[in-house]
Amino acid sequence: MKKLLSPAGIAASLGLALLLALALAGPALWGEAATQRAVADRWAPAGSEFHFGTDDLGRDIFARVMAATRLSLLLTLGATAIGVGGGVLVGLTAVVLPRYPRRFLVWIMDMLLAFPWLLLVLFFTVIWGATATGAMLAIGLSGIPNLTRLVYNLAASVSEQDYVRAARVAGAGPVRVLFRHILPNIANPLLVQASASASVTLLAFAGLSFLGLGVQAPEYDWGRLINEGVAHLYTNPMAAIGPGIVIVFAGLVFTLVAEALTDRPGQGLRGVAAAARAAVLPGAAPLPARGAGAGGPGDGADPGGPGDRGPALAEVADLRVAFPDGAGGLVERVRGVSLAVRPGEVVGIVGESGSGKSLTAMALAGLLEAPAVVSARVRRFDDIDLDAPLTRALSKRLGTELGFVFQDPLTSLNPALTIGRQLTEVSRTHLGMSRSRARDRAVAGLEAVGIPEPRRRLGDYPHQFSGGMRQRAMIGMALTGHPRLIIADEPTTALDVTVQKQVLAVLRRAQRSTDAAIVLISHDIALVSGFCDRVVVMKDGEVVEDLDAQHIREQARHPYTRGLIACLPDMRSDRTRPLPVVEDGVPAADPLPGGEPRRPAPGVPTADAGTRSGGSAL
Amino acid sequence: MAALEIENLGIRYGTRSVVAGVSLAVAPGTTVGLVGESGSGKSSIANAAVGLAPVASGDIRVGGASTVGRRAAARAARRRVQLIFQDPFSALDPRMPVGESVAEGTLATGRRWGREERRRRVRELLEQVHVDPDRAGALPGAFSGGQRQRITIARALAGEPEVLIADEVTSALDVSVQSTVLNLLRELQRTLGLSILFISHNLAVVRYISDEIYVMRGGGIVESGPTEALLDAPADPYTAELLGAVPVLGERMTFEEAATP
Amino acid sequence: MTTLPGSPRPAGPAPAAARTASRLSPRASFAIRRTGRLVTSLLIVVLASFFVVHLVPGDPVRAALGPTAPVALVENTRADLGLDKPVREQFPDYVSGLLRGDLGTSIQTRQEVSEVIASRFPTTLTLASLGFAVALAGALPLGMAAALVARSPRGRAATSVVSGGLGVLIAIPDFLVSVGLIAVFSVWLGLFSPAGWGDAGSSVLPVLGLALGPMAYLARIVQVEMIKVLDSTYMATARAKRLPRRLVLFRHALPNIVTATLTVGGLLLSGLTAGTVVIETVFAVPGMGNTLISAVQTKDYPMIQGVVLVFALMVLAVNLIVDLILITVDPRTSITEG
Repeated sequence: MKKLLSPAGIAASLGLALLLALALAGPALWGEAATQRAVADRWAPAGSEFHFGTDDLGRDIFARVMAATRLSLLLTLGATAIGVGGGVLVGLTAVVLPRYPRRFLVWIMDMLLAFPWLLLVLFFTVIWGATATGAMLAIGLSGIPNLTRLVYNLAASVSEQDYVRAARVAGAGPVRVLFRHILPNIANPLLVQASASASVTLLAFAGLSFLGLGVQAPEYDWGRLINEGVAHLYTNPMAAIGPGIVIVFAGLVFTLVAEALTDRPGQGLRGVAAAARAAVLPGAAPLPARGAGAGGPGDGADPGGPGDRGPALAEVADLRVAFPDGAGGLVERVRGVSLAVRPGEVVGIVGESGSGKSLTAMALAGLLEAPAVVSARVRRFDDIDLDAPLTRALSKRLGTELGFVFQDPLTSLNPALTIGRQLTEVSRTHLGMSRSRARDRAVAGLEAVGIPEPRRRLGDYPHQFSGGMRQRAMIGMALTGHPRLIIADEPTTALDVTVQKQVLAVLRRAQRSTDAAIVLISHDIALVSGFCDRVVVMKDGEVVEDLDAQHIREQARHPYTRGLIACLPDMRSDRTRPLPVVEDGVPAADPLPGGEPRRPAPGVPTADAGTRSGGSAL
Repeated sequence: MAALEIENLGIRYGTRSVVAGVSLAVAPGTTVGLVGESGSGKSSIANAAVGLAPVASGDIRVGGASTVGRRAAARAARRRVQLIFQDPFSALDPRMPVGESVAEGTLATGRRWGREERRRRVRELLEQVHVDPDRAGALPGAFSGGQRQRITIARALAGEPEVLIADEVTSALDVSVQSTVLNLLRELQRTLGLSILFISHNLAVVRYISDEIYVMRGGGIVESGPTEALLDAPADPYTAELLGAVPVLGERMTFEEAATP
Repeated sequence: MTTLPGSPRPAGPAPAAARTASRLSPRASFAIRRTGRLVTSLLIVVLASFFVVHLVPGDPVRAALGPTAPVALVENTRADLGLDKPVREQFPDYVSGLLRGDLGTSIQTRQEVSEVIASRFPTTLTLASLGFAVALAGALPLGMAAALVARSPRGRAATSVVSGGLGVLIAIPDFLVSVGLIAVFSVWLGLFSPAGWGDAGSSVLPVLGLALGPMAYLARIVQVEMIKVLDSTYMATARAKRLPRRLVLFRHALPNIVTATLTVGGLLLSGLTAGTVVIETVFAVPGMGNTLISAVQTKDYPMIQGVVLVFALMVLAVNLIVDLILITVDPRTSITEG
């Protein structure tokens, strides 16, 4: 069990062991000292004899705190059990119920959730009276709505999964689905939640006893001890603070248990994936990418296109992008890519998932950030060195001359700002236009990408646009500057083929009217070859081949490219024969647990050993 | 008699109608392709056929028996259709060994299985889809996307279905994996005499695998016919538009001036 | 990083919310849902406050007056409370009383409950409002700064410090925070008065005691939301435009964290109203919370009924205000339940 060996796991185990020992042995060890009255010693301050001092009857408060562990924990466990048990019962019932009763139940629970929990506790306390059991019932019952919601949400999200639908199609009944699929998949988050809820319950109980509504004298728990101590805060602060510290400690232990129980199998690898995503969608601060200047023995893959050596508008040479692997090393995802784009040229980058094509594009635009580690021999746009810190003037130029269109049009426009606001920003901040001139320019931009009634639509928010329209607006946004290069990262992948064609038409028109160069990234080799002048094929972070788009079929030499072309069914494929196969996804060398969607890049055997450059090169 | 027969099917969620008046038939031992864009209602048809979506009107019949309704006969008929899902990463329970997932598929046969008999059957099925049967005890996380998709195919086969519905089964896969899954489906169809309803937005893929094609749009069938005939001479402008939008390798895309939505 | 070729949205069932509200604008359907909820909540609150007396096991009047009280007194009190009548007559009486602003008479002090509440309500309202203002004013900058720190290159260490600090503040219950505040600022430093209400010196600690926990919690929410926003594609779009950092942060990021902050903030605010119960007890603030606790201890049921009702109404009012703000602020009103 790896998770027990994590720092949180060790701390949680130790803390839990300590609490358990105190609960078991506390009353025996300190019980006598806790109840022994000694009038002579009353109100003794905290010191070496009495760690937390004594109370009004001369009882040792430290001993009382230790002895109170058992009752405090028992009441906590009781209330937690009621809350969690009730929550699981009601939540799972809700999942199994038919639609309308289910909605009603969830609705009621939601309504109860809107009320502060303390108010519910007080309400129940009134009914059951201010006693330890009353408080336990009150706190337990008040926790049910929250836990019900949680269980319900967890279970509902599992029951929408395809594997549950598959089980239902196979004829599995609700009980089987519940026990075989839902419970195993929510067990862990549920345990985590239960310990988190124990932590909250413990504090709540202390609070109630503190208010004098929980445990009543002569019984005592931690909360009650604080209640008694607070009155003498001036003479002996430890009388209240001592038990307070113990309560916070116990609460922390339960929180740590929750933390330790969280299972994230393959955390390191997931960390990489998450880090990669974070880097592709970088944060706010324009920070210069850190590169440790590998500059290594770049063998200088031919950066130019076939047949031409004109001056490049944008260029990277020996580009390397790496990410921390979560274990102190680095995983290189782009490995020495060289690429040059000439003015007005339309270049396609094609590759399967994990080929590094998007990272290359982001690096080319200077949009990659920590934790991505970017290094390159050359990385420039026109005369702007993207590896150096940008001055304001250079930022201005990049902002107007380099446009970027992202894959998912649903998320690439800011949902809280109107289209008009987003399309006037570049002209206003970088070109210094007035509001009305910037709006005119935005209207022109929208018009150019074929959006009807552009002036009216400036007031709309992105959610009022369809996916294809949003992608058009993104292209229109690039047109509000003076674009010389538009980088489009899978701009049509999320769209239907017919819409895809319309958006590509818009992109083509934009390119014709501005003479901008275009870099189009896609997984679809047919699409790229049909749209671009030149096609760069990438695999595992490296450029495999650089081909003339129109003669791709004949010119492709590399077995990987040839395989890709062959296995792609098109409108001319021979339907009577099996499709050629590149080489099937052999069991991944290192199976990734936890289902991180990584499709092993199948293909010709290449040196796959260098994927992990344990930080040595960087 | 058709293996799968859909007659005047209507599907609505609440007040929203997603499919209306759809009729189609899959002849025994053939593959019928259903092509259309997102929101055209093609997946709803798949879901309705296996009971995951409510049928508002019309009928779905498997081997002549209606699958619509709550009666035992309808439920039994529904189980003779099995569905393969789009995303192999969510279609397998991450906490359940793949062998057990496949074994769960045998529930659909409606027969009682002995422990040993079921184990043997699972091995046989895994072999059939070219997955090492010795790995039946492994969790899905240990398999690649293509392998997972083959395991879900094995699970569907475990129910001994007459009709297999493949709903965008290659959309989540890289092209190089796609071809192996397509080949497997073809192979299985030949050897087992399956009838397949193959749903996809990808016209080239549908063309490759189908004997007959139905084109959907906006919840209805636009056009249908034998694959070659339909694609060579589409009668409906929408089919033609779809055809024209498919990029062809090495062929420069042309755009007409009128690119209005 | 993963690319998902092909049709992204299989034509499956629409999400539940969209389905029920397919013909209404999201804003209208949100308003309708929330109004329905408000009305039902009101009904439940009134029912609960009425039945609280009836749910008490045994004889509430006897319990309140103690075992030594003379029988005649018990009988009289019962008649005063109307408890001698059948329940179906009591409820209409109770409701019509409510409508007239008559909340009954205290068993213990014989004061009009409505008068007691009227004299104490302003204090509680002020305390809660001040507490919320402090929590909000502290949480927004704190959370945003924490998110930016987390996104900086050397953010990992700083993040754990910030998250840890906020985590501890969240974990310490308000009564302990208050005790700690008294111990430090009153006992040790002697800066502020440990009890009372009204002047600046005595109001600081109760407000802080009430606000610190929610502030830390809200700051965490702001931090998480802000990180989510910073990681979003539209922020990459904003950055690709090379806008000045100030614009990127305040125009592009800030509006997107408002909805979540407000939704959670609303829950916190209603929690805050209840939190006053604890704070008022610790600091001996003469508010409704204090009244409630002593009423519970002395089993003064009419007083409990009245105060619980007013607290619940306060919570509903807070929820209503937050909903109204959400409707006006969020252009999408993609607000979901819960």
